[in-house]
Amino acid sequence: MTAAPHEILRVTDLRTYFPVRSRGLLPRVIGQVKAVDGVSLSLDSGETLGLVGESGSGKTTAARSILRLIKPTGGQIELEGVQIANLSQAALRPIRRKAQMIFQDPYNALNPRHTVGGIISAPFRIQGVEPPGGVKAAVQELMERVGLNPEHYNRYPNEFSGGQRQRIGVARAIALRPKLIVCDEPVSALDVSIQAQILNLLKDLQEEFGLAYLFVAHDLAVVRQISHRVAVMYLGHIVETATRPVMYSAPLHPYTHSLLSAVPVPDPRIQQTRERIMLQGDVPSPIDPPSGCVFRTRCFQAQERCAVEVPPLIEVVPEHKVACHFPITVDEVAARARAGKIEVPEAEEQMTGSVSGPHFVEPGPPHA
Amino acid sequence: MINVEEREGSAEPSPERPFLSIENLFVSFNTEDGVVRAIDGVSLSLERGRTLAVVGESGSGKSVTAQAIMGLVRSMGGHVSGEIWLDGQELNGLQPEEVQALRGSEMAMIFQDPMSSLHPFYRVGDQIVEAILAHRKIGKAAARKETLEMLKHVGIPAAERRIDAYPHQLSGGMRQRVMIGMALINSPQLLIADEPTTALDVTVQAQILELISTLKEEFGTTVILITHDLGIVADVADDVAVMYGGRLVEVGQTSTIYEAPEMPYTLGLLSSIPRMDRELPKRLDPIRGNPPSPINLPPGCVFQPRCNYSDRVANGACLSVRPELLPTAPGHLVRCHLPAEERQQISADVRRILAGAQR
Repeated sequence: MTAAPHEILRVTDLRTYFPVRSRGLLPRVIGQVKAVDGVSLSLDSGETLGLVGESGSGKTTAARSILRLIKPTGGQIELEGVQIANLSQAALRPIRRKAQMIFQDPYNALNPRHTVGGIISAPFRIQGVEPPGGVKAAVQELMERVGLNPEHYNRYPNEFSGGQRQRIGVARAIALRPKLIVCDEPVSALDVSIQAQILNLLKDLQEEFGLAYLFVAHDLAVVRQISHRVAVMYLGHIVETATRPVMYSAPLHPYTHSLLSAVPVPDPRIQQTRERIMLQGDVPSPIDPPSGCVFRTRCFQAQERCAVEVPPLIEVVPEHKVACHFPITVDEVAARARAGKIEVPEAEEQMTGSVSGPHFVEPGPPHA
Repeated sequence: MINVEEREGSAEPSPERPFLSIENLFVSFNTEDGVVRAIDGVSLSLERGRTLAVVGESGSGKSVTAQAIMGLVRSMGGHVSGEIWLDGQELNGLQPEEVQALRGSEMAMIFQDPMSSLHPFYRVGDQIVEAILAHRKIGKAAARKETLEMLKHVGIPAAERRIDAYPHQLSGGMRQRVMIGMALINSPQLLIADEPTTALDVTVQAQILELISTLKEEFGTTVILITHDLGIVADVADDVAVMYGGRLVEVGQTSTIYEAPEMPYTLGLLSSIPRMDRELPKRLDPIRGNPPSPINLPPGCVFQPRCNYSDRVANGACLSVRPELLPTAPGHLVRCHLPAEERQQISADVRRILAGAQR
């Protein structure tokens, strides 16, 4: 670690809403999708916060809003003491060197017509930075650092495998020595043997440069491997946040219990005998989220109160926050599972339950 | 039990042939860059009612194996040689119309993306009715009744209404259920599931895996599950075939593959995955390097360039001699030049490290 840990990022009550328009010749705004609805989080240097959730949870929208790739509807984003939520694009440009992004799909995140050298040196050109020793030397050093052959400077992305392309993306992200890197599902498109290589690389770079990672992923085992703290999102809200050991061994939110229990364990003896909480149906549509607690329609703890009262995110023990009226411990869940008393509500009967339906299209990121 | 034999040339059909038997299967594609050898000599067989997981990374040939069984490779421009016996019938020598008659009735397939087998313009119920009428001579009303029963069976809530829904009106998990219902509507003997849950959220994945297991028990279907996820394999498979570079590299019962794997690639895979049931290792232990190009496979062992142990084999055999898939224990086959005792020692060492996670 390069310096004593200090706060890099503080997000307060972040909200990102997308308008829903009617179809036809003259579309009107008929509602809104609250993709991110009141998210608060903070991140120190040298620290990884894992942001976990299923599709439609708003984790990617939250991450992109924090980098101002999507304009947030409300809330504050403080990056190293600077408020960036309302800055203009021009005023943002010098800030962008502090915060970079690594994308999920290494095939689409790299321009196929540019050489690797051109791709990795783009941040220098855009920010007008002249690294000591020249751009080419700096790029080749970066390539070496991420495990690429510096002699491949003039090659094109299609000459590299998926894992190598993700290394190119990592080299580009660290070129300007940022403080924060938002990693959006950085390994989920990679084969398992390559995933582990990239996770190790990210860990090494974090230790070397004191990087803060906001690590967005759906794979709970991957998040456990890399994160110091974890936040679980569901339908635009953070429902639980804790340090990694607490989140994986002593979660309190019924949704976190269900998620952890749904991940198959690669050991047939354990996997085929363990008690599991089987949620029914899918995540409800964010256009028409449930009243009160957003998880109540699939929750085995739900009671009448959950339908009327939104549970606030409360710190139950230091560094462990839960948004639930009826939190439940691991032991209580296990005892109830043994007694066969975990009753999960039936799947909802709404016709268009699809999150990825044709109703709204998430705007793509403008080029940073 | 799974039986695998390396056989040269074609075998005479015998009455005791297992339910599914693939013999010396080769599949290649001509591309601009050269000949892609997608499957490079695969032989394996499967007993009725079992679930076989075919595990491998992208480019390992696992999906092409499934497509070859379904008779889909030729229409994709591939060359197939070898024999595929399903329930006493050889498939590879059949005419396209004959294979088509079997597809959907004797054997069916479900895909990662349900939209690839559901037509966006037609109501889901009508699509299943069409699948029934394509193979059986029954009335339309009877077919619709059967469709409704099947939709209820695969866990579609309010099936009476959803039978008339279009695919886009259903969620991802619902579409997957519809596709499974459509695949099973003609009671196929063999169901091939190609990454059936990869596009789904984990809570929905758990539901779909449970559904496949339940239906398999109920219908007595033999299942081939193609996946890269070793957690899913542990959940549902009876037998496992590990593929790498177009070849089978290790085959055995699921418990054997997880508790006593011998092929260095299988060990590497098990070491690579972050897992939640163990102490957290400081670092993962990945397989180094990248998978081989299927256009330019290594001449000896396909895994040699990434293997940590090939220098322990005398005369550099791994570089030049192609290892055979040989039995190391009953029902357990391994393709590796290392002597069995040495493989078992390496396996024990790696598993001890994994269990303690001291890295």
